Amino acid sequence: MAGSPIGPEGIGSGGGSGAPAGVLNDARMEAIMGRLLQVGVLLSASVVLLGGVRYLVAHASESPKDGTFIARPIQLRHPMELLPGIARGDAAAIIELGILLLVATPVCRVIFAVVGFALERDRLYVGISLAVLVVLLFGLLRAS
Amino acid sequence: MSLLTFTSLIFAGSFGAGLLGSLTGLGGGVVLIPLLTLVFHVDLRYAIGASLISVIATSSGAAAAYVREGYSNIRIGMFLEVATTLGAVSGAALATRVPTHGLAMIFGLVLIYSAWLSRHREEGLPHAIDNPWSDKLRMSATFPSETESGKTAYKVDRIRAGFVTMFGAGALSGLLGIGSGAVKVLAMDRIMRIPFKVSTTTSNFMIGVTAAASAGIYLSRGYVEPGLAFSVMLGVLAGSLAGAKILVHSKVSLLRTIFAFVLVALGIEMIANGWLGRI
Repeated sequence: MAGSPIGPEGIGSGGGSGAPAGVLNDARMEAIMGRLLQVGVLLSASVVLLGGVRYLVAHASESPKDGTFIARPIQLRHPMELLPGIARGDAAAIIELGILLLVATPVCRVIFAVVGFALERDRLYVGISLAVLVVLLFGLLRAS
Repeated sequence: MSLLTFTSLIFAGSFGAGLLGSLTGLGGGVVLIPLLTLVFHVDLRYAIGASLISVIATSSGAAAAYVREGYSNIRIGMFLEVATTLGAVSGAALATRVPTHGLAMIFGLVLIYSAWLSRHREEGLPHAIDNPWSDKLRMSATFPSETESGKTAYKVDRIRAGFVTMFGAGALSGLLGIGSGAVKVLAMDRIMRIPFKVSTTTSNFMIGVTAAASAGIYLSRGYVEPGLAFSVMLGVLAGSLAGAKILVHSKVSLLRTIFAFVLVALGIEMIANGWLGRI
């Protein structure tokens, strides 16, 4: 059925394990995406945990002040600005790196969808996925 | 109270919110934000920022498990994500202009609505739908079932109305930092007549992308406080993964009923606090 213009036959086949190697159908695509998201969230959670532990060690005896709002902007347009902080081992910068990895995870999923639908030769859904990607990148980089 | 104690309590609370959110299918955000603001007196903007981050984490964390079940529909998800991400960017842009007591009142209404919806869920058979756009947009598909062929075919109806509702769901998500899974399921299940299991699993995929669309605005406005966000994110993530494990072998109808009452109570309190200008 591969290459047929109506794609979703693969859905429901339980992760697409029965599909022949090298053929990308929707079920395989979703299985890869699920794995991608899982790896992304594990990676980011590990970085956030590392930063969090350092944060607590550094500030353990201080009193919490989350009741008052002090803006702490992170500019996604300039992620490199986090590097000096990370190099210093600054806890907040490490947590922010983890958060950036987390936000990047769904973006990777959409990029993968664009590629996946292109391999399925599904132009309609390449376009739809690209539209989602454009809105995502606009939200992340421009709208602030 | 020292920061260590405070962080531990936040972690425990977030774990509970994630656990309840995954057991009841409403997501962690709806209890998390009232918990942070009403109990821990965290500034609403920080609470929203931390919740948004935890929403991305839980959605991504649960994705692999949902894929294995074989219900989610990648095309419906991607198509509707155009609407939810547009909504999310608009909602997040609006959030920075709405005063926090206004946000608190809107949040209260969403809580009460979520409670109502959690008591009115039904799983029926796929409806007989003959909408030509379902095939044209390649959304018609099958899901695994206990029929002879092992799968049941379904189609999608009222795509335009679903799309518009999804924009609203995205806007709420961007405005309040929640996944707004309840509204997403409403759009898919009630309006587009997509089978319930397909709606809930596909909605999970969409929640992460939707939240990521508004995350940039929250990050650049300084709403994500690292010291708070880290314990909230890890707590909600751990809680929701634990919930997903328990869910397989337990009955949750009583829990859902209790949870619905808790949501109504929290909703009223959020509205009252917003009204009185205490948030």
